[in-house]
Amino acid sequence: MSLTIHSPAVLPRLSGPPKGSESGIWIALFAITMSFAAFTSALFIREASTDWTHVAAPRVLFASTAVLLLSSLMMEASRRELDGSRAPKINEHGRSLAFVAATVLLGLTFVAGQYLAWRSLAAQGLYLATNPNSSFFYLLTGVHALHVLGGITALLYLFIQLAVQKSVRRNLLRGVVVYWHFMAALWLYLLVVICVRL
Amino acid sequence: MEEALKSQAHVHAPAEGFLWKYVFSLDHKVIGKQYYALALLSVFVGMVLSWLMRFHLVWPNAKIPGLALIAKTGAPGGIITPEYYLSLLTMHGTLMVFFVLTNAPFAGFGNYFLPIQIGAEDMAFPRFNMMSFWTTFVAFVVLIAAFFIPDGPPISGWTAYAPLSAIGKDAGPGLGWGQNLWVIAIGIFCIGQLLGSLNFIATTLDLRAKGMTLMRMPISTWAWFITSSIGLLAFAVLLPACVLLLLDRMAGTSFFIPSGLVVSDRLQNHAGGSPLLWQHLFWFFGHPEVYIAILPAVGIVSHVLTNSLRKPLLSAKVIIYSMMSIGFLSWMVWGHHMFVSGMNPFSSLLFSFPTLTITIPATIITLIWLGSLYGANIQINSASFFALGFISMFVSGGVSGFFLAQPSIDIYLHATYFVVGHFHMVMGVAAIFAIFSGTYFWFPKMTGRMMNETLGMLHFWITFVGTYCIFMPFHYLGLVGNVRRYASFVDDFMPALMPLHKFITIAALTTGAAQFIFLFNLIHSRFRGKPASANPWKGTSLEWSVPSPPPWNNFGRERPVVYHDPYQYGLKGSTGDFVMQTSPEQILNE
Amino acid sequence: MGKLFGVILTIIALASAYPIVTHMYVQPVDISTHGHAIDEQLADTMAEAGLSFVLAQLLLAFCVWKFSNRKEGAKVFHVWGGAKLMVVGAFILVGTEVLALGVFGQKAWAAVYFTSPKPDALQVQAQAGQFAFYFRYPGPDGKFGPLHPDKIDEGNQNYFGLDPANDVEARDDIVTAELAIPVNREIHLLMHAKDVGHSFYVRELRIQQDFVPGLDLSLHFTATQAGHFEILCTQLCGLGHYNMKAYLSVLSQEDFEKWMKQKASEQ
Repeated sequence: MSLTIHSPAVLPRLSGPPKGSESGIWIALFAITMSFAAFTSALFIREASTDWTHVAAPRVLFASTAVLLLSSLMMEASRRELDGSRAPKINEHGRSLAFVAATVLLGLTFVAGQYLAWRSLAAQGLYLATNPNSSFFYLLTGVHALHVLGGITALLYLFIQLAVQKSVRRNLLRGVVVYWHFMAALWLYLLVVICVRL
Repeated sequence: MEEALKSQAHVHAPAEGFLWKYVFSLDHKVIGKQYYALALLSVFVGMVLSWLMRFHLVWPNAKIPGLALIAKTGAPGGIITPEYYLSLLTMHGTLMVFFVLTNAPFAGFGNYFLPIQIGAEDMAFPRFNMMSFWTTFVAFVVLIAAFFIPDGPPISGWTAYAPLSAIGKDAGPGLGWGQNLWVIAIGIFCIGQLLGSLNFIATTLDLRAKGMTLMRMPISTWAWFITSSIGLLAFAVLLPACVLLLLDRMAGTSFFIPSGLVVSDRLQNHAGGSPLLWQHLFWFFGHPEVYIAILPAVGIVSHVLTNSLRKPLLSAKVIIYSMMSIGFLSWMVWGHHMFVSGMNPFSSLLFSFPTLTITIPATIITLIWLGSLYGANIQINSASFFALGFISMFVSGGVSGFFLAQPSIDIYLHATYFVVGHFHMVMGVAAIFAIFSGTYFWFPKMTGRMMNETLGMLHFWITFVGTYCIFMPFHYLGLVGNVRRYASFVDDFMPALMPLHKFITIAALTTGAAQFIFLFNLIHSRFRGKPASANPWKGTSLEWSVPSPPPWNNFGRERPVVYHDPYQYGLKGSTGDFVMQTSPEQILNE
Repeated sequence: MGKLFGVILTIIALASAYPIVTHMYVQPVDISTHGHAIDEQLADTMAEAGLSFVLAQLLLAFCVWKFSNRKEGAKVFHVWGGAKLMVVGAFILVGTEVLALGVFGQKAWAAVYFTSPKPDALQVQAQAGQFAFYFRYPGPDGKFGPLHPDKIDEGNQNYFGLDPANDVEARDDIVTAELAIPVNREIHLLMHAKDVGHSFYVRELRIQQDFVPGLDLSLHFTATQAGHFEILCTQLCGLGHYNMKAYLSVLSQEDFEKWMKQKASEQ
């Protein structure tokens, strides 16, 4: 333990702009995945009861799936306009703004489609508490739709940043884009669960 | 493209105005203090609830002055009814586990010191950080509101097992809107914790200063990092569980409620649900939760001890890897809360193996601490004594866990006071000792003043002896078979145990009273304490390289550069027996 | 202060061990066939855990005594073996304990849960509801009548919701508030929860099992001694949880038959 200290060699102290966080969105997605894993395990356990039945997925779900996937394409287009080595002209913002707007509109259309799916189920007398399958249908689609609305809110914020300030932080853009694509991927997973297990 | 995309994080300027400076502050230091204050309020409320419980157990007909005003139906004339006892029990557990043990060592100290210890200006997402505190505060308000509704708080325990918690008011007093408020409060709490954990993880991964490699982070930082990783995933499971419970209660679903239940002479209109599903979801969260409660404590104690021993611990790396193993294993043991629950008995054996295995990293950490004491130069002060007291309590609490980890012994000890003794020792005493240790240690940094050492030592001695007097006897009661969560003891074999219960109650009231010494010390020192220097404990980590209290952006105009790990103690040199992490001095044999 | 810490902690450690070592607080008499395995397990664990507890506290007390208030300029040093010794020590200490108790402990658990009741075990059904236990014997036909929750009528003492008018098997079922069993006869206890979760705990039988609404659970055990023992509810079930109990009467075969006749006539 008897270590000795030598006189310091003077080393320069560095400064610079503080770093942003790139890992934030991935951490958030981890948590959301865990939550849907919890819902899925609840489904597997509940499935074992004698009152488990079957609920057919309303056709509109497939249409809204297509809408959501299209919105992902729009999101990706918007990202490419802003990021990467394309010609960095200011009026490029116009194109990216349009793509963001398209993403928002398609996202809202998706949520509207989910509402139509709910109406379709209600028309068959299937409500939240009717049977365990209908419970999970409303639960999974509802919670997902809530997260999509959260993503739309972030997209609106992004839109305002682009429109008013004509610039946006790289990390914010990345975060919103990754989140939006995750919403589509999550939906595809839920669609499989709904079609195969409900 | 740099006009469109900015690389830098959003840096906030120093706040102006009372609201932005003290209420909706984005400064992690203010947020840390807000969490600590909320925890302080919660612990005093929780402690008073426990006094009422202990009082009632030994003097059931006592009229508690003033209680009738708050609890018209729960305690008419000031006499606690059995249902109110269970309400007190439920709220005591809920407040302590969520609002004290998750708030103080983790959100409180972690928010304040994690950015500083890694050399960052603030957390990665200051606005989310502010939102996480206020979300937690709203959760607190919603929970406490349950005391003031006519039917009172829920009586289902902090564990809220279904179907008791899922059926609604037919199942008993407090199980109507009281339980709803509880579920909503905990759901909101989950959101606050998720936001907080996100910040901790992102900040640790992305905002470390130059030279601050992961292994150069202090053990306390590692503990917060591991805890937040666990917390992110654990609260992400509790939130869905709360959603499902709320749906069963308010929307008529049957996730947890089977058919054919007759409650209060009414056949319940549910079918197919599984009460065990609630237990699985809850404990899948609940077991990692107790490690969320203890790991920051382990980190704080390791950090304080490194400083108080004036030598490095035998191996910080081993402690860090052990904490990681505990974090990893914590996901595999939840079934040990369910050995006699009706779960497949083969699963019980499966769960018992990782439960017993967790003893290994916990023992490694304890032996490293004990081994490090040998040959040390122990500095005596309130902070170090609470850290040393922690080791004693951690051993006591850990050893009783060893019994409960074995399913065959659990057949006899489950739901007895033995279990209550075990978790109080580890959570109610050990973790609290770590909070005290951290408070005495870091108060100078946070306020620029020293706490009173005489009062601190007095607080330590009464609390150390007092908590042993309270909780060690719980184990004896459990060995006889004294069942827990009973509002009164009417069993044939209980009269012989009442003297021990009286002893416990008196110890609890006395030890509780001594906590006011701490509270007084905290408040008085804040305004009248001796001014503190930047480094009163001669510490090496980054928090001691900045003024007490630190400026709004922690490090001033230039970010620090780190040259060493924080364990450079026990050295010989002109500046003393330690070298700070920011010092470029070269050390032989590092 | 360092020495005081050492002294006080030593006193605390020894004082904590004292009631254990002198058997001041012990389990009640074991009246079961599998209980001795549990009691042995408990005793072994107590010896190992108790010893570890005392040694660790004394070690802590000693180190604080010796290594605080040291002289000015005292050298700090690492203990021989350092971290490696601690890691190896932990693995050996805990590894052996874990293996021993984990592996051997299976026997006691298996005796309760991995064996099936003998075919000639006496079947009794227990129903737990807020806040009482009721018991049902199948009667001479050896069959339990089906349960109808909608027919439960506590006022008329139809605790189980039986329908003897329509169910033949229910006609000779015997419902009691006390669980009487013959000594040295295996009992197969069927467990039914009426409303919320409850639990069945008899300290002397070294047995505990939750009642889970919706699940058909059961226990089997044999009582080896006659006597009067308490059955306690150990799963929080509402405001009357503390008062939810029944009695287990273990009777000689002769007394049991007399009791059954008596109860049958009271139905």
